[in-house]
Amino acid sequence: MVTRREALQRIGATAAVLGGSAAVARVAWDRGSFGVVQSGLSPQTRDFRLDPVHELPQLAIATTSIDPAELVRKAIDALGGMRRFVSRGDVVAVKPNIGWDRTPLHAANTNPQVVAEVVRLAFDAGAKTVTVTDASCNEPNRCFQRSGIWKAAYDVGANVILPAEHRFRSMRLRGELLDEWPVYRPLIDADKVINVPVAKHHNLARFTAAMKNWYGILGGRRNRLHQSIDLSIADLATFLQPTLTVIDATRVLLRNGPQGGNIADAKELNTVIASVDQVAADAYACGLIGATRDEIPYLKLGHERGLGTMHWESLRRAEV
Amino acid sequence: MGTETQAAVAARAPTMWRRWKSRLALASRLKRLFAKKRRPGSGIEARPVIRKLVWARRLAQTGFFALFCYWLVNTGFRGSFAGASERVRVGQPVEGFLLADPFVALMTLLSTRTIYRGLLWSVGLVALTLVVGRVFCGWICPFGTLHHFFGWIFPSRYGKGASRIEQNRTHAVRQRVKYYLLYAFLGAAAFGSAVGGMFDPICIAVRAIGLAVLPAAQYVVGGASSAATQSNVKPLQGASDAMVDVLAVHVWQGKQVYFHHGWLIGVLLVAVLFLNRFIPRFWCRVLCPLGALLGLFSRFALVGMEKDHAKCTDCDLCLVHCQGADSPQGGVKWRQDECHMCMNCEAACPEDVIKFRFLPGLRSRSGEPDTGRRTAVAAAAAGAVSIPLARAADALEVNYSEKVIRPPGAVEEHEFLERCIRCAECMKVCPNNALHPAFFEAGVEGLWTPILIPRIGYCEHSCVLCGDVCPTGAIQKITEEQKMGVDQKPIRIGTAFYDHGRCLPWSMATPCIVCEEFCPTSPKAIWVEEVEVAKREQTPGPDGKEPPMTKIKVQQPHVDPDLCIGCGACEKVCPVQDEPAVYVTNVGETRSKTNVILLETENYNRS
Repeated sequence: MVTRREALQRIGATAAVLGGSAAVARVAWDRGSFGVVQSGLSPQTRDFRLDPVHELPQLAIATTSIDPAELVRKAIDALGGMRRFVSRGDVVAVKPNIGWDRTPLHAANTNPQVVAEVVRLAFDAGAKTVTVTDASCNEPNRCFQRSGIWKAAYDVGANVILPAEHRFRSMRLRGELLDEWPVYRPLIDADKVINVPVAKHHNLARFTAAMKNWYGILGGRRNRLHQSIDLSIADLATFLQPTLTVIDATRVLLRNGPQGGNIADAKELNTVIASVDQVAADAYACGLIGATRDEIPYLKLGHERGLGTMHWESLRRAEV
Repeated sequence: MGTETQAAVAARAPTMWRRWKSRLALASRLKRLFAKKRRPGSGIEARPVIRKLVWARRLAQTGFFALFCYWLVNTGFRGSFAGASERVRVGQPVEGFLLADPFVALMTLLSTRTIYRGLLWSVGLVALTLVVGRVFCGWICPFGTLHHFFGWIFPSRYGKGASRIEQNRTHAVRQRVKYYLLYAFLGAAAFGSAVGGMFDPICIAVRAIGLAVLPAAQYVVGGASSAATQSNVKPLQGASDAMVDVLAVHVWQGKQVYFHHGWLIGVLLVAVLFLNRFIPRFWCRVLCPLGALLGLFSRFALVGMEKDHAKCTDCDLCLVHCQGADSPQGGVKWRQDECHMCMNCEAACPEDVIKFRFLPGLRSRSGEPDTGRRTAVAAAAAGAVSIPLARAADALEVNYSEKVIRPPGAVEEHEFLERCIRCAECMKVCPNNALHPAFFEAGVEGLWTPILIPRIGYCEHSCVLCGDVCPTGAIQKITEEQKMGVDQKPIRIGTAFYDHGRCLPWSMATPCIVCEEFCPTSPKAIWVEEVEVAKREQTPGPDGKEPPMTKIKVQQPHVDPDLCIGCGACEKVCPVQDEPAVYVTNVGETRSKTNVILLETENYNRS
């Protein structure tokens, strides 16, 4: 015999389990669909440029020293000093090229003294933190160590971050070619971004410095970008426009770029270029390796998109 | 009947509650834990020195296990502030446990007639065993500690009391197996194969924890971390980032690692740990060839056990926590070759029967493994003949797989098999996750030997860490100059080939040359030729005609086989994701005089 109480309990339990199953099934029900979901949201571009100051130069070329640090100081001072770009309490991200397991003599990465001087100037201008990082091509520990940038930047107080998978976040670039890509967060989660590339030969793009340096903010399978390298570069330069660009051309790789490997392929040019215009900086710097701006399509694309001007002669210049 | 059920239900609930309440009564539990236990029987206390030694053993086990783990997670390259020209080395003796392993030393001594570099340390462990018996098993061995631990927590309900005592009695048949395994592996070694490394406990610990447990843990953390990142809850993201940072810098690396067929290694570890539920320290008692080897030495040990059989009351308390199943109880002979010297038996004995001492009397012990001479010889012979059997199959002398790309500095394949103990140090240290345990690519004998899988990771040009940590010289300690070929020929591990049908500039009129960009040699082994190729427009012409044709300039890559070192960087970065348009096979490897393509100018027959 079953008592009324027990019967109610047992029926109630059965009903509760059934109800629970039905609720879970209802919530989790997937009707199925096929095809890429278009979020249709606006691009998450990052523009770190400041309002132009009308009397100051826009492009500074420093050549009158053989000390990389002094060249950096001269070039940035000519643009009005680092205080123009970095305010007290700013979080600053510095993006050198730390792509390859090569030593400074090979000139495949940014000169560590150039990076350190940019960091120091940013701190002098009142930056709260300065982060130095890059998403390397070769094994990152080795690139950061052997490029000399890890130690040089750490010694002047920078927060050097090694790339790791969890530091990338998918973002909507919504470029002509690049749509959603994993982006390296430490380089965009900042108040100011300073691009510190090295100028060098690139066998596919012919020349690489500022705009091409943004390859290093991407994760994922960026080896596909080479199929349309100029459009990719233009899309990335549209996505991220830096506060300041400082091109290291103290020692320049003239052949076998971007990786190099032979010390004889690099040449001392003792030049540092600073600019608020990443397209103009590249357009000027490409001349240093004997290329002309007209044979580098991504400069034209950047120019046409209004990211800057490839006619650097039209800018206010300072040669120091 | 109805009233009965009701009553039963009513009665059950409170008793269950009471039982749980008493279980939860923390105070009484703590009181019991700290109360001085009354020892049963005559209640004679263990000697103070023994009580201290038991704790010293627990401390040593914890310490050595921690040291093992510390060295294991530091088997990798973490980078430092060293200058650009500073040589990159691991900087710690991370392979230390393997260097002290006499089983590894003896196998490679038999196969190569030499003892490689640091393996000389194993003599120290032999010396230790000759003085105090198998202290290594009970006090030092990290894999043994793992089994000790699981043998303690696993049996829970089933393995208590009488059944546990039964399990801890010597089971001669079962415990003989490890000696047979030892003889078989030594026989195989004498016939030129260090295949016994598959069963070496240190090798297993490095391989299983390094290639299965840690990567799986990293995978779990990675999943949790990306969930936290996607949650858009700032504090959660921050905490997760901080934790993942610490782990990425101190425990593993910034990228998830994967290992070819790593699951099998993981499953075997779980299985052998799970056996502790039925027979505590199953591995150590039944399978461990290193334990067997130390057992052979331990008969000469100067420290051992003496028993006063007359005092024994057969309470069997000594057997409750016996590790080696070595018959510590009165009335039978102590099996010195099985004893791990854990001292639990003397600590537990309430009758003053068991005494560990220097130069004990030998009447109540037996030192030799009870394997018959014939079976021992048969086991060794079986191991020996298994090697020609494996090599007469088509994996080594003929039909050698093109996928067996050995690490840079690896010695010629026959000598490699004489030396490689499958310890996985090289795979663990490889910063690019390029080295993997072979499954059957290198034949049945080559199971778990290192092969390079360029699609997962390429060989970093200036890196020589795999040879740096190799304990047996299967991968020699080479310099950067030797590897990269500064003023000499570089070390080649294979050669790259193009599959023109899949290559974008070759067959799809699309620019690419990422392979050329990553090629690390100077001058580059991959060179490009600019050619004009036909390209069809994508939209049809007017009136549904064929789409118009245009011309496009692309750079088509070629390999110079004389310059290619087979590092696999090109294969790794090739954007044709599934089956790459450029791939590396082992032909042309420096270590082989036969696995070659080109007619060399050098006279190889000289050396």
